[in-house]
Amino acid sequence: MAHTLNINGQSMTFDVPDEMPLLWALRDIGGLTGTKFGCGMGLCGACTVHVDGQAVRSCITPLSAVAGKRITTIEGVGSDETGNVVQKAWRELNVPQCGYCQPGQIMTATALLHANPKPTDADIDAAMAGNICRCGTYPRIRAAIKRAAGSRGR
Amino acid sequence: MSADMGREGNASISRRTVLKGAGALTGLVLYLRASGALAAEEPRKYGADAMPGGTVDDPLVFVSLQEDGIVTVTVHRPEMGQGIRTSLAMVVADELEADWAHVRVTQAPADEARYGSQNTDGSRSMRHFFAPMRRVGAAARTMLEMAAAARWKVPVSEVAARNHEVVHQKSNQRLAFGALAKDAAKLPVPARSGVRLKDPKDFRYIGKSDVLLIDGADIVDGRAQYGIDTRLDGMLYASIARPLVTGGKVVKYDDSAALKVPGVVKVVQLQSSPLPALFNPLGGVAVVATNTWAANKGREALQIEWDDGPNKVYESESYRKTLEAAARKPAKAVRDDGDAVGTIAKSQRRIEAEYYLPHLAHATMEPPAAVARMNGSKCEAWACVQAPQATRELIAEHLGLKPEDVTVHITLLGGGFGRKSKPDYVAEAALLSKAMDGKPVKVTWTREDDVRHDYYHTVSVEHLEAALDDSGKPTAWLHRTTAPTIGATFSLKAKSQSPDEFGQSAVGLPFEIPNFRLEVAEADAHTRIGWFRSVSNIPHAFAVQCFVAELAAAAKRDPKDYLLELIGPARRVDPRKLSDGWNYDESPERYPVDTGRFRNVIEAVAREAQWGRQLPKGRGLGIAATYSFMTYAAAIIEVAVENGMLSIPRIDIAIDCGPQVNPDRIRSQVEGACIMGVSLANSGEITFKNGRVVQSNFHDYMVTRINESPREIHVHLVPSTFDVPLGGVGEPGLPPIAPALCNAIFAATGKRIRRLPIRDQLAV
Repeated sequence: MAHTLNINGQSMTFDVPDEMPLLWALRDIGGLTGTKFGCGMGLCGACTVHVDGQAVRSCITPLSAVAGKRITTIEGVGSDETGNVVQKAWRELNVPQCGYCQPGQIMTATALLHANPKPTDADIDAAMAGNICRCGTYPRIRAAIKRAAGSRGR
Repeated sequence: MSADMGREGNASISRRTVLKGAGALTGLVLYLRASGALAAEEPRKYGADAMPGGTVDDPLVFVSLQEDGIVTVTVHRPEMGQGIRTSLAMVVADELEADWAHVRVTQAPADEARYGSQNTDGSRSMRHFFAPMRRVGAAARTMLEMAAAARWKVPVSEVAARNHEVVHQKSNQRLAFGALAKDAAKLPVPARSGVRLKDPKDFRYIGKSDVLLIDGADIVDGRAQYGIDTRLDGMLYASIARPLVTGGKVVKYDDSAALKVPGVVKVVQLQSSPLPALFNPLGGVAVVATNTWAANKGREALQIEWDDGPNKVYESESYRKTLEAAARKPAKAVRDDGDAVGTIAKSQRRIEAEYYLPHLAHATMEPPAAVARMNGSKCEAWACVQAPQATRELIAEHLGLKPEDVTVHITLLGGGFGRKSKPDYVAEAALLSKAMDGKPVKVTWTREDDVRHDYYHTVSVEHLEAALDDSGKPTAWLHRTTAPTIGATFSLKAKSQSPDEFGQSAVGLPFEIPNFRLEVAEADAHTRIGWFRSVSNIPHAFAVQCFVAELAAAAKRDPKDYLLELIGPARRVDPRKLSDGWNYDESPERYPVDTGRFRNVIEAVAREAQWGRQLPKGRGLGIAATYSFMTYAAAIIEVAVENGMLSIPRIDIAIDCGPQVNPDRIRSQVEGACIMGVSLANSGEITFKNGRVVQSNFHDYMVTRINESPREIHVHLVPSTFDVPLGGVGEPGLPPIAPALCNAIFAATGKRIRRLPIRDQLAV
């Protein structure tokens, strides 16, 4: 059936079953491939998007659950002031290695800074523990979140 | 030097010529070798020359310059996070005197005849292509200087390229690179002898840490294209049920329920190939649909009866006992200095330890994925692969095409670590496109597919014995390494590790021990064994570096001092004298084992980590040092063990990889290697039951998360000079981590970890 969703401020219609996960609707139907598949079970965070500002694992979120809600993906998060600052910090510190998990990391980090503008080390670890990076960019992720928090405060 | 000058025709002709020539040459060499006529005179090739693709340093292949001044560097090595697209472009841009702001990168398709070796593993990209890429940049710069000199009618010796311009100082004239593009393109490529390389003191980018990643902006904006992101018009999506036991195949299947799933278009059986596994796709039943989710749902609805074949007996716990039994019996010696067995038998102080390391899965964050489109007698593929040429040849073989009729576009890789050196998943996409009458098909592996159908890191038992003299110094060393070989993936006859496996941190140890014996025991493989980042260094270095610490403890000596004493004074040792004839396929003269550099990284890391400092109860420091991929590494890890819970406050690691081209990417690779080393030591384990992999996803194949990762990682790069040959970077940071961690746990708790992963072994 047809679902009309608000994605990155645009209205998009998907004619797919209710239970199709948002991830596959975004990637295969919508062509928004910045949101990544990593596990399909909400274990790795690669598929993280924002639904009404909250970080959500799109691989286990059926389309029926997001009707009428505001969805932001990595392609749109730069329009958000915090998202933009996070992306900038990620670039300046050369955080990515392969880069595949980084859209999910950035979405989770942006949601963290929205909720908690000055996170401690423990806050960062707790918020980011659901996002796996196999290349091991964690030290730079921590540093980039701190840099983003610092520059946002100014 | 315009973009496509003289390219296409030459490429296809030379490709055919090379293929034909290679075939003829192989036959000839084999014949002469067999008859013994040429064997003595034929010099062995080393480094990039030992790779089938060799090197190419033609600027017309790698550099294009547009009239608007944009320089595009073609990078022929796949990018998987090591930063090679940035680093190779830095090398070319530096020698070219290009302004980085005007440099772009394009990724070469698979074509080794044109680009040289593209097989991206073994920590080789910069080691093998730094010199050729310098020549590429310098030759292109020379052509621009010649074009400017001709324009001004002055001797070329009077002009010089400088930051995207050519300058004639005497007449105060200058021309931008873009204005010279057309003229330069008409000039012949200068001979190597006519190309002047820059003095390293004049490097602008090489050796500097302030270059931003060329793909950084695309990655953080979500625009970067990985294999899984490829989209073509009319593309279909496939999910494949593969035999769960290596060598298994489909007996029969019922697809009636699968075909009722909305979006499912067709169900296709893929033939399984007989063993050895090679890079062949595993076969099985594919569901082709209009989107990934429908394909997965359709696959869940399949009813399949499997023939598991003989490997259904594979069971990890009993196999460990099989390995242990083999490790406790004498085996074939591949190094035998003095009389280790006799000395140990007679010794009053005999130390023995056995270490077990399980299979590992790579678990790249991007699972294997590929798109292929067959068009008549041609096929085009888009894929995240480390071995482009092997991919091209594999598709050609499975579709019955000529390799030159197969085009493989290389996307970014969402992690590689050796998994994506084996392109089985790309052949799947090609076979399915053929089955769908040439429609483009994307194959996406689920995480479960990835964990259950990997080419696994081997499983091993490492048995060590030593005899100590009265002062606690070892007089004899016996190491018996027992593990199924990667060779078994390629030949059913392969039963024991080959020189390129026991050559990794086992045979060539430069220890001052008069009686030294390395034995390699046989072991049958029951699954696909493959390269995993740093490969056989993982089990060998773990055993060797833990055992050295055990000997130090037995001798009541400081582990760092003891390790240095074993290595002995600074000297350069020919690896062949250590029974290592492989030496990572590098020249033994150019790359001797340099114990001075080995000592130096140990001393450097000890200084930086303040080895010997007082720590509170429950904390400890451990040290380990390894030499792999022509790079020296030493790590000191601080652990804290509280109520049986392990945490890692700090890792210090010193790296001597020779000259550093992109220090920021070296640091990032080493940081990542530390975390991957911690990950495999803490929780990495794949087990088999009834021939099937027990684990399936990140809940039961656990990898280190940010909250479990070391609180601080300090990478100390040992300064070097550009007359030293380059070492590898991607892998050498990993081998010292697991042993340093377990040695630290011993220092903190008195408990020896001899079986990985650590998991709950510290529970109180």
